[in-house]
Amino acid sequence: MSSLAELYQNVILEHNRSPRNYRVIAEADRQAEGNNPLCGDQLTVWLKLDGDVIRDVSFQGLGCAISRASASLMTAEVKGKTRREATELFERFRGLVTGETATAPETLGKLAVFSGVSAYPTRVKCASLPWHTLKAALEDGAPTPVTTLE
Amino acid sequence: MVSTTPVTSTSRSHGAELFDVQRVRADFPILSRTVRGGRPLVYLDNAATSQKPRPVIDAISRFYGCDNANIHRGLHYLSEHATAAFDAAREKVARFLGAGSAREIVFTRGTTEAINLVAQSWARTNLRPGDEILVTAMEHHANLVPWQLVCEQTGAAFRAIPITDRGELDLDAFERMITDRTRLLAVGHVSNALGTVNPVRELAARAHARGALVLVDGAQSAPHLRVDVSELGCDFFACSAHKLFGPTGVGVLYGRKVILDAMPPWQAGGDMIERVTLERSTWAQPPARFEAGTPPIAEVIGLAAAIDYVETVGRDAIARWEGELLARATDLVGALPGVRLIGTAREKAGVLSFVLEGIHPHDVGTVLDDEGVAVRAGHHCAQPVMQRFGIPATVRASFAFYNTPNEIDELVRGVERARKVFS
Repeated sequence: MSSLAELYQNVILEHNRSPRNYRVIAEADRQAEGNNPLCGDQLTVWLKLDGDVIRDVSFQGLGCAISRASASLMTAEVKGKTRREATELFERFRGLVTGETATAPETLGKLAVFSGVSAYPTRVKCASLPWHTLKAALEDGAPTPVTTLE
Repeated sequence: MVSTTPVTSTSRSHGAELFDVQRVRADFPILSRTVRGGRPLVYLDNAATSQKPRPVIDAISRFYGCDNANIHRGLHYLSEHATAAFDAAREKVARFLGAGSAREIVFTRGTTEAINLVAQSWARTNLRPGDEILVTAMEHHANLVPWQLVCEQTGAAFRAIPITDRGELDLDAFERMITDRTRLLAVGHVSNALGTVNPVRELAARAHARGALVLVDGAQSAPHLRVDVSELGCDFFACSAHKLFGPTGVGVLYGRKVILDAMPPWQAGGDMIERVTLERSTWAQPPARFEAGTPPIAEVIGLAAAIDYVETVGRDAIARWEGELLARATDLVGALPGVRLIGTAREKAGVLSFVLEGIHPHDVGTVLDDEGVAVRAGHHCAQPVMQRFGIPATVRASFAFYNTPNEIDELVRGVERARKVFS
């Protein structure tokens, strides 16, 4: 597979076309905004918590195929997980997309489709912005937008 | 090599001269390299920075290899030699821009620093509450944010002339907005995001009639058009060497002598003083007053080599060839399904900005990159332009005289491929 095909795997293209959980949660407990000032990507993540468990999660925003698909797959993956499980998943995901730590793709489930991102350093931030925003929402429902350059 | 032999010209039936693009390409070593696993480089990101011809690379290398010394200091042979080369470069820049004298040419780090110099020296000293700075809604952030900052510092008001759907300046709005309160009009000569060429000469005449000064951001015009500051009638003109086939790290501020003479220093240090005591210091005359510290000497000498090169190729020949490239790209890319061109001004130079329906510009950029085609995808440091057109970003192909019609075809093929990937 060429590196371009590795980057834009079919699952990513499909989630870009039809993102899951692309909506506002009217009665959200938490919400956070993420911005990437370098490329103009921006998104909002909404959370409905049940104690420590993410009962519902959604997003809306503007971004490239990688960031949209990442947000979409993220919401699908973290729903039903505890905060801690979600945070740990983010750490593994970050290892995968940055290529900094050896992450076994099978520990990432569907998120393994982002394995091609590490070959494109400029696109790592696209994949990780939704996760940084989720983390901010989980931590304190960040009153100020998250800005990520990584 | 072009620096020693003029470009061959042969007559075409309609009388225009045939531009020998392969000949100039041979002067740019980087253009023969490959990228992304063996694809020929198609470099269409010239508005971000241009590539460097061999004479520029050699001039910098020769300076460090043979001539390196600090300037305006040493009594020794090398210093005298370096000083002479540096001063000659200033003369060359003055002639290139049509300035009356080399004393009107200040070397800066780039266009951004040149504009900040005027903001922090001239504007900060002269503006009061009730005064206004007029910019346009198509400016690069470098010609917006320095004015916003100095307006905060002085209490002056910041106003932006709107642009039309074609990406042209709204001249009716300009007429309404230029008033006796306007102290400065700061306008880009060529928009980096849209390619629009603004009617700077006419705007400057109108501004002067109201008693305002005029600063022209020439970062995108100096590489493409014949610039003559006396003809434009501007008071300040800023540009960067690295977009003009020269090195990074040096730019130029042209300022009318009588205005520079009255401006206080902006940064202080060595080389900008007349006399220093522990009680007080007095300032050198411009341009030295605005050039504190050791300047980018090798870069200035590289800039002089770049100007020689551009003049050998010929600025009119460059403008004509690039005009043909832009027309071809506009026709071919504009005809692709789903493409919306952003910036369709009647007068344009060097830039084709567009969006593809349903596909984010970054994704288009990545697919193009996979084909070896280097473009910029993003807001181009012109976020108000993106807001005006209701888009987050554009794909921007920007041309230089070493680009070929074949490369435009590669761009078109890449855009078609992006459509297939994301369909």
